[in-house]
Amino acid sequence: MPDSNAFGAWIVYLLQKDGMLFLRGTGVTMLVAITGTVIGFVIGLLVAVARTIPIRPEDGAVKKGLLRMLRFLMAAYVEVFRGTPMIVQAVVIYYGAMQYMGIDMLPLTAAIIVISINTGAYMAEIIRGGIISVDSGQTEGAQSLGMTHWQTMVGVVLPQGVRNIMPSIGNEFVVNIKDSSVLNIISVTELFFNAKSTAGTFYHFFEAYLIAAAIYLVLTFTTTRLLRLVEKRMDGPENYTVIPGSQTDVSALVKLNTDLSVLKRGGGD
Amino acid sequence: MAYNIEIRHLRKDFGNHTVLRDIDFSVSPGDVVCIIGASGSGKSTLLRCINLLERPSGGSILFHGEDIQSRAFQVASYRARVGMVFQQFNLFYNMTALENCVIGQMKVLKRSRAESEEKAGLYLEKVGMLPYSNAKPRQLSGGQKQRVAIARALCMDPEVLLFDEPTSALDPEMVGDVLLVMRDLAKSGLTMLVVTHEMAFARDVSHRVVFMDDGVIVEDDVPGVIFNSPRQPRTREFLHRILRPNDPQ
Repeated sequence: MPDSNAFGAWIVYLLQKDGMLFLRGTGVTMLVAITGTVIGFVIGLLVAVARTIPIRPEDGAVKKGLLRMLRFLMAAYVEVFRGTPMIVQAVVIYYGAMQYMGIDMLPLTAAIIVISINTGAYMAEIIRGGIISVDSGQTEGAQSLGMTHWQTMVGVVLPQGVRNIMPSIGNEFVVNIKDSSVLNIISVTELFFNAKSTAGTFYHFFEAYLIAAAIYLVLTFTTTRLLRLVEKRMDGPENYTVIPGSQTDVSALVKLNTDLSVLKRGGGD
Repeated sequence: MAYNIEIRHLRKDFGNHTVLRDIDFSVSPGDVVCIIGASGSGKSTLLRCINLLERPSGGSILFHGEDIQSRAFQVASYRARVGMVFQQFNLFYNMTALENCVIGQMKVLKRSRAESEEKAGLYLEKVGMLPYSNAKPRQLSGGQKQRVAIARALCMDPEVLLFDEPTSALDPEMVGDVLLVMRDLAKSGLTMLVVTHEMAFARDVSHRVVFMDDGVIVEDDVPGVIFNSPRQPRTREFLHRILRPNDPQ
């Protein structure tokens, strides 16, 4: 064992002794953060789209009632899970399920559920913002072709809205990497939990937690860089190729006397 | 003669402001009707009511005799048959010109991708935009975007096409290209309803001109009458302002 005040030596020593523990913790942290963000995104997407289903005056009373009910439930979900700390949600869900529903979840399962539901509430609002950010002309363009609300959302509005909110989604992901540390309260063996046990084993807290901090920083920094790349990919190529051979000028059409009679149709009945 | 579209006593309010009152008018197959009038006269709102982008507050709109506001009415397939070209183009920004023309055919008309792309290519060529099939809207000029938007509408094989000030957002030198395409369409027998400030287009191309002012139809006649001997003083005044802005009244 190194001298008790030899900082550098302790870092090396802890990594030698418990390196695998830190690595496993990192793995669990990333697993929880990634699955939580992905599932949370899907939940948020469904909630946001459900909340934007228009209630039309010509809809029947039952449909109107169901839509209002749905809107209320969605709003309640968002408010409750945004309005309480994730650490509290974790213990309530984990122990609640155990005590009253007889479900003895693995801490990892509970962790993924908690982080997904929590992220979903934030994502719902972020995605709603993304939907609003898309010009209403896009929806009108789709409607004028006869596309349904669902087709418009999936084909036109969401691809643009999601692109607009990529920075916020990245933010959520980074927050999840860091905040999954609170799940140590239900004994999930993520990075912070494992750092804590290393710290306890060797009775050297500062060094153990500093290692954890460094790992968190590497994780979040790498993640933000990767997300930047994803954004670039989504934007597509800067340039396009003009297909050669066909004329580019409309006025040439008239000279060619183009026949538009294919459009001719009877119309009335 | 059977009408495509028949409008009876149409009224539209925004809050306590009445934008359209007691509009009565109809369109027959093959008609090219231009709607003219000052800004705020309700022209665009009328067009948007026909496509149900705005809900009428009163009156009825019939499509081949069917009330488009009834609950059983199939709005989606109606919109596919009554296309719209917007002032701001409203091309889908996440898609190329070709994909813009394909998506409606595949999603609404359930055509195969191959068939949709073939049709899209055909109409993109008609409007002179085939070379730009792979371009995204943000890479195109206004006139080019509007021509793609027209191709997109045509791909649905509409029987009526509504144009909501299609050239008002364009640079002057782009207007000609778009009007040229529209002239060709008018000759082809497509039923067209065009809200426009292009008086030359209204005079030369349309079969009928509707003059609107303050939410009502003031005059509805052949272009010869509207432009040469309008019956209503309001029409005369408007045309004088538009066509000879520098003359003293």
